[in-house]
Amino acid sequence: MNPMPLIAVVGNPNAGKSALFNMLTGARQKVGNYPGVTVERKAGRFSFPDGRPVELVDLPGSYSLDPASPDEAVTRDVVLGKQAGERLPDGLLVVLDATNLDNHLRFALELIDLGHPAVVALNMVDLARRDGLEISAERLSQALGVPVVETVAVRRIGKDAIAEALASEVLTRGEVKSTAPHDPRSLSTRARAIAATATLSQKPAAAAAGWLDRVALNPVAGPLIFAGIMFLMFQAVFAWSEAPVALIEGGLLAMQAGATSLLPDGVLRSLVVDGILGGVGAVVVFLPQILILFFFILLLEASGYMVRAAFLMDRLMARVGLSGHAFIPLLSSFACAIPGIMATRTIADPKDRLTTILIAPLMTCSARLPVYAVIIAAFIPATAVGPGIGLQGLVLFGLYAMGILGAMGVALILRRTVARGAKTGFMMEMPKYQIPRVGDIALGLWQRATIFLKRAGGIILVSTIVLWALLSFPQPKPGQSALDSSIAGKLATGLATVVEPIGFNREIALALIPAMAAREVAVSALATVYSIEETDEDKQSQGLIERLRGRWPLPTALAFLMWFVFAPQCLSTVAVTRRETNGWKWPAFMLAYLFGLAYLAAGATFWLATWAGL
Amino acid sequence: MATALRLDLLPMRTDATIRAIDWASLGTADSRRLRNLGFDDGVAVQPLHAAPVSQDPIAVRVGRMTVAIRRAHARAMTVETN
Repeated sequence: MNPMPLIAVVGNPNAGKSALFNMLTGARQKVGNYPGVTVERKAGRFSFPDGRPVELVDLPGSYSLDPASPDEAVTRDVVLGKQAGERLPDGLLVVLDATNLDNHLRFALELIDLGHPAVVALNMVDLARRDGLEISAERLSQALGVPVVETVAVRRIGKDAIAEALASEVLTRGEVKSTAPHDPRSLSTRARAIAATATLSQKPAAAAAGWLDRVALNPVAGPLIFAGIMFLMFQAVFAWSEAPVALIEGGLLAMQAGATSLLPDGVLRSLVVDGILGGVGAVVVFLPQILILFFFILLLEASGYMVRAAFLMDRLMARVGLSGHAFIPLLSSFACAIPGIMATRTIADPKDRLTTILIAPLMTCSARLPVYAVIIAAFIPATAVGPGIGLQGLVLFGLYAMGILGAMGVALILRRTVARGAKTGFMMEMPKYQIPRVGDIALGLWQRATIFLKRAGGIILVSTIVLWALLSFPQPKPGQSALDSSIAGKLATGLATVVEPIGFNREIALALIPAMAAREVAVSALATVYSIEETDEDKQSQGLIERLRGRWPLPTALAFLMWFVFAPQCLSTVAVTRRETNGWKWPAFMLAYLFGLAYLAAGATFWLATWAGL
Repeated sequence: MATALRLDLLPMRTDATIRAIDWASLGTADSRRLRNLGFDDGVAVQPLHAAPVSQDPIAVRVGRMTVAIRRAHARAMTVETN
């Protein structure tokens, strides 16, 4: 039996490719990775008019088949049938931005010349009309020699016509011609000629809506708006998450109480209540904050504002040897360094990209939030230091600022030492502003949420159970504390000698080991350690915050916070760095410099705080 | 009357046409990326915005697209006002 036909969706960045892909496949999407590279493979199902299922794969946006970045290389390799993990597509769906024909036709021509069965989706025809552009799909189709279908992906217009055109093209499949590389000049000339033929009438481009940029890029208003959006974003992460976090916490407490009453006292109850619910629960609680952060990032990208932000930030980043290109990966790194490091693939300059990868873990990712939130709640009084400014918020802001300042300093040094290179440029298309579609944002959030929960159910669950087991066995003899007798306790005693000078106790040393899997595990690990250690029946119901308060001196808590600003406690980041830099050299370098910084910063904090008598 | 000058010196909101690009001074990688973004002889350009304070980078309309580039790259392009 033949496998179902495979159609590759290809086009320029900002052509509305992802919206079109979402329109065709709905929520039935699978996000994976191509083997050996970290380029995301997004595939989905849709069906021909006769009901036959078709597999659709969304390829990274490209400007040409002559790749300028690893992302674009995947697009080229897939359409040429050379990509590992992907068969040669049976057809191409080429997405064109109707408002930008002369530019986007260049890539479309290259693709059509390959000889695959192809259909062109002339997307954003509504915006073209708004801009006073009248384009004839018929003439375009004649000039290109393939069917052209008008679509408005964000409003779900054109789905059936695409299905029909694709079905009839793929059924009359021909052999794929291999073509010699194009001379970019002749391609541009052809593209402009075809665009001119297909365009029936147009108003001068200057008439197109540019007033938004006059505000957003205004020398005075622009930076203020940018600062306002950033403030709103980080404010929202805390303000909006209070209610859902309380809800999840309540649910977890109820589950723990339920499990306690259902299960007999013993190893099993300890595993479920202390290990699984306590450990994984401590992490799942932060899902709302992570989703709010991703919500803003998705919104900024879909609306077109993200590139404006990069434009405004370019000069500042140039001061430390980077460019505005690095802004988008670094902002994503506030949610998680992994998508951030993956987003560096759009940076063409290798040294610029390497520096961005190396400093990405210094952006305060959402996995640090559980750690910061618990320690701040336990040790920083909720007093006001000014109107509307609380001390807790100020400390949190300070931790974010430490990360950013640290990253800038490191970038400055790296660009003068190991990542020295020519001054980089900044070249970026500024997409049209668009009102993001609710469904597309919701789908993006859903994909992030499932990835996070899978992580919580996978790596975090496993490391929590392993830690629980190491902590619980062998069972203590009478008169001995659970921690002292356990395997983990003995392991931690060794590590404790290393971290004692910076104010860390044995419980912290213990929590740092499983937290290598992911930073937020530090919280669940501390929760598990103190919960098992607690022998006083009256205090069994105490939360982690109360327990920490009585056990850690303030300098230790502050040093612990500072440690997490720098420490590379995330194996996934190390793994993704290895893949993106093709070797162990740079991840090893990253681990060494970040642990070094973490040790020094935590130590300095501890000694200073002790000296100040805190 | 048409005047020829470098794109980085073209006042904001002035319509012009690219007459020559010094591809050799730009290097292959940057040349390719600028071509991908639509820069070519005979293309209509108009500088629209400059970044705050340093006035660098600038946002330029190229054909019907808006593109951000640094002034160093704009310097390699000779334009003629319409």
